Amino acid sequence: MRAFQLNPADTVATMLADAPAGDVQIVGTSQIVRAVEAIAMGHKIAIVAMKERDPVIKYGISIGTATQTIEPGQWVHLHNCRSQLDERSNGFDLYTGQSGDILYE
Amino acid sequence: MDLIFTPGNRATFFMNSKPWQGYQRADGRKGIRNLVLVIYTVECAQHVAHAIAAHEPDVHVIGFPGCYDNAYAVRLLLALAQHPNVGAVLAVGLGCEYTRPAAIAEAVKRSHRPSEWFYIQEHGGTRASIVHGKALVSSLRQRMEAQAERVPLGWSDLTIGCECGGSDGTSGLAGNPVVGRFFDRLVDQGGTAVFEEIVEMIGLREVLLTRAATPTVAEMLGKTYDKADAYCKSVQQYSVSPGNFAGGLTTIEEKSMGALAKSGSRPIQGVIRVSEKPSHAGLWMLDSVPDEHFMQFGYTNPNDTEGIMDLISVGAQIVLFVTGRGSVIGSPVAPLIKITGNERTFASMPEDMDFDASPVLKGTRTLDESAGELERLVARVAAGEPTKPELLCHREYFIMYKHQNVPSLKQGCRF
Repeated sequence: MRAFQLNPADTVATMLADAPAGDVQIVGTSQIVRAVEAIAMGHKIAIVAMKERDPVIKYGISIGTATQTIEPGQWVHLHNCRSQLDERSNGFDLYTGQSGDILYE
Repeated sequence: MDLIFTPGNRATFFMNSKPWQGYQRADGRKGIRNLVLVIYTVECAQHVAHAIAAHEPDVHVIGFPGCYDNAYAVRLLLALAQHPNVGAVLAVGLGCEYTRPAAIAEAVKRSHRPSEWFYIQEHGGTRASIVHGKALVSSLRQRMEAQAERVPLGWSDLTIGCECGGSDGTSGLAGNPVVGRFFDRLVDQGGTAVFEEIVEMIGLREVLLTRAATPTVAEMLGKTYDKADAYCKSVQQYSVSPGNFAGGLTTIEEKSMGALAKSGSRPIQGVIRVSEKPSHAGLWMLDSVPDEHFMQFGYTNPNDTEGIMDLISVGAQIVLFVTGRGSVIGSPVAPLIKITGNERTFASMPEDMDFDASPVLKGTRTLDESAGELERLVARVAAGEPTKPELLCHREYFIMYKHQNVPSLKQGCRF
């Protein structure tokens, strides 16, 4: 399984295919990160350890803030990373991205 | 012909390729299609307008649903009516709305295109209006074809727009970067490239300013960014959707970096607004965010189609649409080319997606090779080859109330 790191400063890489837990190769490098859980294509895998409140770096910039400790190999998404701008999205469903804050009744 | 582009064989390809033929318009611009456009001026005339255009492949429909008029919407209708791909216009009204079909037809006539207009209330209702409209379309088509002047067309005659929608984790890695590389080539060959969605560049103010061609442009970009930022805070919504999250994007900042990739790397010549033509070739940013006014902002692009209309309004003869998760829309007036960097999407929607950028992710093609492949597809479409949405007759449009460049907003009511 392979993942793509866009910038040398990045703390996450993007999965190029759906991957089960196991070894993930960072494209263009010899680095292997062991995914500790299944991660879907287009989603992010942590490639270094991050503490709570650390920036999550992709494209060489902070794309959000870690809301808990993140170990290398973990899936990085709404459950452990929040936007510095957008308050609404962290309550969204982790898998479907659907909002739950507007009631259909 | 299927050449892999390298700097060395690029010139050979263009020397070997036949020159494209375009349609010369009186304002100097050139079209890649020759269409009759039916424009309705209120929702009440919508059914009749579509019935007039039914079973006429070269007749497209747009319209404005509101009964009260809106300066922004009128400018947009007129920009589309005088688009290089449009050769003739029929404006159809019900008869009691504010927006005036006669004034649209008059403006089109001034652009040296044949035009007609009528009110449904003056032509005996639905059936009689459809018969009357079909007869007018037939006469317009004859006049349009009689005055059509075919001329050679090159990259410097093309304005190409790009937006993205249904983005996922592949959009910022493959789809948008391939378009960005193609935009660099287009600009280097004297063409014009337009990107929009400043609300999807939130978080990137400093990055944007470094791309400005001059200090004046940097100031314009800064102001445009600040308005978009205030807009998002005012409507309490960032431009990120459930499908984006499901596709692996976690934050608006992450989506922003992917969205900016479609602008390529050339300097930004300036900021244009909806319905405004770029003053010279090169890379331009389109600001489609409403200005703040008495109803706060209203909404910017409520869906992908609205953004695509904005790109066509500035004169784009072709629009590139990057979608990770897949989309089944098209557009009237200017052909839409649908691009995905997600191989699963390309495989599952083969009749809808025009271009597969996923080989860049798999490592089987370089960014340059993929951009060259896209360039050849754009060339074929400019030469007349229909895109997938054109083959499926997808012509979605969306024209709504918005306020931009309206100094007289305080007029209207006596307090």
